[in-house]
Amino acid sequence: MLPRSAAAASAQRRAPARVLPGFNITLGYTLMYLCLIVLIPLSALVFKTFTLTWDQFWAAVTGPRVLASYRLTFGASLIAALVNVVFGLLVAWVLVRYQFFGKKVVDALVDLPFALPTAVAGISLTALLAGNGWVGQYLEPLGIQLAFNPNGIVIALIFIGLPFVVRTVQPVLEDAEKELEEAATCLGASRWQTFSKVIFPSIAPALLTGFAMAFARAIGEYGSVIFIAGNMPMISEITPLIIIGKLEQYDYAGATAVATVMLVISFILLLIINGLQAWQRRHTGALA
Amino acid sequence: MSTNLIRRAEAGTTESAWVRYTLIGITLIFLFLFLVLPLAAVFAEALRKGFDAYWEALKEPDAWSAIRLTLITALIAVPLNLVFGIAAAWCIAKYEFKGKSVLTTLVDLPFSVSPVVAGLVYVLMFGAQGWFGPWLQEHDIKIIFAVPGIVLATVFVTFPFIARELIPLMQAQGNEEEQAAIVLGATGWQTFWYVTLPNIKWGLIYGVILCNARAMGEFGAVSVVSGHIRGQTNTMPLHVEILYNEYQSVAAFAVASLLALLALVTLVIKSVAEWRHEREMKAILDLPPENISTAVPHLSLKAAS
Repeated sequence: MLPRSAAAASAQRRAPARVLPGFNITLGYTLMYLCLIVLIPLSALVFKTFTLTWDQFWAAVTGPRVLASYRLTFGASLIAALVNVVFGLLVAWVLVRYQFFGKKVVDALVDLPFALPTAVAGISLTALLAGNGWVGQYLEPLGIQLAFNPNGIVIALIFIGLPFVVRTVQPVLEDAEKELEEAATCLGASRWQTFSKVIFPSIAPALLTGFAMAFARAIGEYGSVIFIAGNMPMISEITPLIIIGKLEQYDYAGATAVATVMLVISFILLLIINGLQAWQRRHTGALA
Repeated sequence: MSTNLIRRAEAGTTESAWVRYTLIGITLIFLFLFLVLPLAAVFAEALRKGFDAYWEALKEPDAWSAIRLTLITALIAVPLNLVFGIAAAWCIAKYEFKGKSVLTTLVDLPFSVSPVVAGLVYVLMFGAQGWFGPWLQEHDIKIIFAVPGIVLATVFVTFPFIARELIPLMQAQGNEEEQAAIVLGATGWQTFWYVTLPNIKWGLIYGVILCNARAMGEFGAVSVVSGHIRGQTNTMPLHVEILYNEYQSVAAFAVASLLALLALVTLVIKSVAEWRHEREMKAILDLPPENISTAVPHLSLKAAS
């Protein structure tokens, strides 16, 4: 049992709920490990940024190639996340509501992008979509090029982000009460009205969370994109690649400045996602 | 007449057959194009020049050293994050304290940091021009462009996986069972080992297997800190990249096919863990009411991590 020093006894008086031992040691270990692995290294990035003058920083993060990379990264991530919202909702809907042969396999396969290393996804998608690939050979005569340009980036990002929307929407759809839909039908709603006015509002927070997660992941993605992108400056060069490029030229200051911009953006996205998840919990809590 | 009513009620909560089949059809075509084809392409490209060429590519010493380094990295990174995940989930799920939501957010932070940025921060810490760079050089310790840097970057990238999986699971299960064990005289360690662990084992396996998949497959972060020294600091994904850029397509896809197999094994174990977990939770739900613990069963392990 707990060692009963005076301090521990008084702490227990203040917080009688703490019957279980191990709070101090687990919290202490968690904080130490978090600091060593995540917080101190990330603060190295911030400190390094502060050694730059404002002009240096501004020049590094607003160079024409860098600006073009922001446009590309955000644009492609946005398109990919939107595609994932549409198809993610469809996949989640079909998996929850319908029965068909091989459903369990399909359900398991949805997580493939989580399990398949990004570099493997990258070279595989490139092999498929290149001019002589399984898919590319039929599209090239039609004048459609999907590899080695921004189209390829979008496709790679759709692959990477697919499970996020499915896996956030699926549990909400599973928990949705059929009684509400029955009530809507009894009151004379058509199936489409029931979907758009009853079902959709209840899954909207989950859909938005999935969108934000897919978008955040897409912005930072590197491995799957660089093989298929072609990596032409100003046209198909994503922001993470800019950081790598600057590092390879030993431009540590420039790499740090661009990385700081990306870090701030991902932190903002993380806060938005957390807010959305809290909203979703309140939302489903209110329904239940 | 009553069957007619039931049929009408059912018609109200589902779609007509042609809508159903169209939606299922679109879904299957989409998943075939985006998931099945890329997976099949890996194996097809790897075996394009026959099984002998495939085997030759895998027998190469550089490929072997890449496989070994990948295994070593995962063997260090996964247990480290496992211990952290259990400690973090214990203190976050079992207690109330100030700053808990901030801590939970910080645990999630590595998920949203770009892998390239994750690699860069370690270069800034331990690289030649970094904080500890001069000191490390004096003592002849190599971290960047060496194995320790690869392990560190991998630990960073896979940091939240197990904690993320365990926190909601342990929160849903509540404290009652552990409190009962403590009151009955169990030590903290016994309580964890005999009460908590059996309850979270499927979630734990789920988290470990996904953590392992990411640890073995990480590319961006590792590529920044590794220096790409053949036979020394190349993990399997980096080896794939080098071979691919040298137009050794068959060899690249041969190594990639091992990683794809790893992904498939991961999916199988993950699904089994999910099904077993759901079955156990359903078994608890089926008990007569007085035997249900007050803990709310956590039916689904699936998390968009």
